[in-house]
Amino acid sequence: MTSVMSFFDIMLVLALPWLGWRLLASPDLFRAVVLFISLGLLMSLTWVRLHAPDVALAEAAIGAGLTGALFLSALRRLERMQDSERRLDYAEKREEERQAPPARRRRSKPIAYGLALLLLVFFLVLLGWSLVKTSVSPGGLGPAVTGQMGQTGVQSQVTAVLLNFRGYDTLLEVMVLFLAALGSWSLTRIRQPLPEEVAAPVLASLVRLLVPLMIIVAGYLVWIGSSRAGGAFQGGAVLGAAGVLLLLADVTVVRQIPSALLRWALVLGPLLFLLSAIACMWIGGNLLEYPRQSAGAWILLIESATAVSIGVTLAALYAGGRPLEPSALEEAGEVASESGGDEGEGE
Amino acid sequence: MNTIFLYNFSGLALFAIGLHGLIRSSHLLRKILAANLMSSGVFLIMIVGAYGTDKGMIDPVPHAMVLTGIVVSVSATAVALALVCLVQETTNRVLLLQKRKKEQGRRTDA
Repeated sequence: MTSVMSFFDIMLVLALPWLGWRLLASPDLFRAVVLFISLGLLMSLTWVRLHAPDVALAEAAIGAGLTGALFLSALRRLERMQDSERRLDYAEKREEERQAPPARRRRSKPIAYGLALLLLVFFLVLLGWSLVKTSVSPGGLGPAVTGQMGQTGVQSQVTAVLLNFRGYDTLLEVMVLFLAALGSWSLTRIRQPLPEEVAAPVLASLVRLLVPLMIIVAGYLVWIGSSRAGGAFQGGAVLGAAGVLLLLADVTVVRQIPSALLRWALVLGPLLFLLSAIACMWIGGNLLEYPRQSAGAWILLIESATAVSIGVTLAALYAGGRPLEPSALEEAGEVASESGGDEGEGE
Repeated sequence: MNTIFLYNFSGLALFAIGLHGLIRSSHLLRKILAANLMSSGVFLIMIVGAYGTDKGMIDPVPHAMVLTGIVVSVSATAVALALVCLVQETTNRVLLLQKRKKEQGRRTDA
């Protein structure tokens, strides 16, 4: 059994860099993105092998699934812009991409490339050396965390670290996600689907079956997060995936969501997290120091709110930009400035 | 111990390949892919550190840090992709150092 497992380990260890190499070397960007998604799935297997189920769940849902979806939608957007240019078609672009960079380098900058490569190798040798030399104290912070688990209100150590011991980090992380949504909204507008992109009926009925199931799974993941692998980020990622499916199937309900509701759903998690952090100070502790008896309830409340916001944020990032409101574009500008005010509060 | 060394090596290799791709590739989208590879390598090394500390005892702190890292990296990727789309919209270029499309159009016509 152990020999089988170590064979599996070796295959995995070799497959990861190989896939990474193939991904960056492939001339076709679409293929590169597909390889990236499969790399993410293999990474997730690696996390399971290294006894990190929380990370495995997050990697499979966010690292492989949603990041891949983001790349695919950006790729399509770029290609559509090029198509509308009508100057280069896709095949020519690929051809040019295959030929241009090495040719240019061979022609003009072999010395610069060689120097960069030398620097890279030097840097990596240093990194490897430091990796070998670094001595990790036995157990790391594991015993310290185990010793204090009774005060946290949850049974899962990772959740305890995320939302109790290092709640401040998670608060800032939620803010980063919120800022990403703001950035994406201020940079681009949502793309209009082309008439030929109407979703197939099979996809529509599949979505009708899957989305309720995914919502239940997300709720389960948030709930089980207090005692086992799972939590706000995994649950939120599943919600986000449900949102992506709804966007793909172009369900009319999604288009009819009022803008104000969408904005409130984006803000809900960060706002509630921040308010409860301040409330902890009000009650008489430090920032994010929950009262001992009800710590579990506080964490569950914060997790549920952030999961909803993470799901909506990830789906909004996939949609790629501020939603269009054909009826009231001027009003959208006003609401955007309002949400800017919310962000000021968040800071 | 052997397993730990192997996974560490794999993480370092992923980081190296990503860094090389970041320098070498000229397409902006591929640069973002390369940066994502680098972050995967870093995560791998961190999780291996949490695993390798002691028998049966897993350090949960790096796990929480990597969870945070995954979410932050998806945020950064989303903003970077929006920026790439904007770059193409305004300049018509996605390859760094690429010539203007007009000149290229002439070249492909010829």
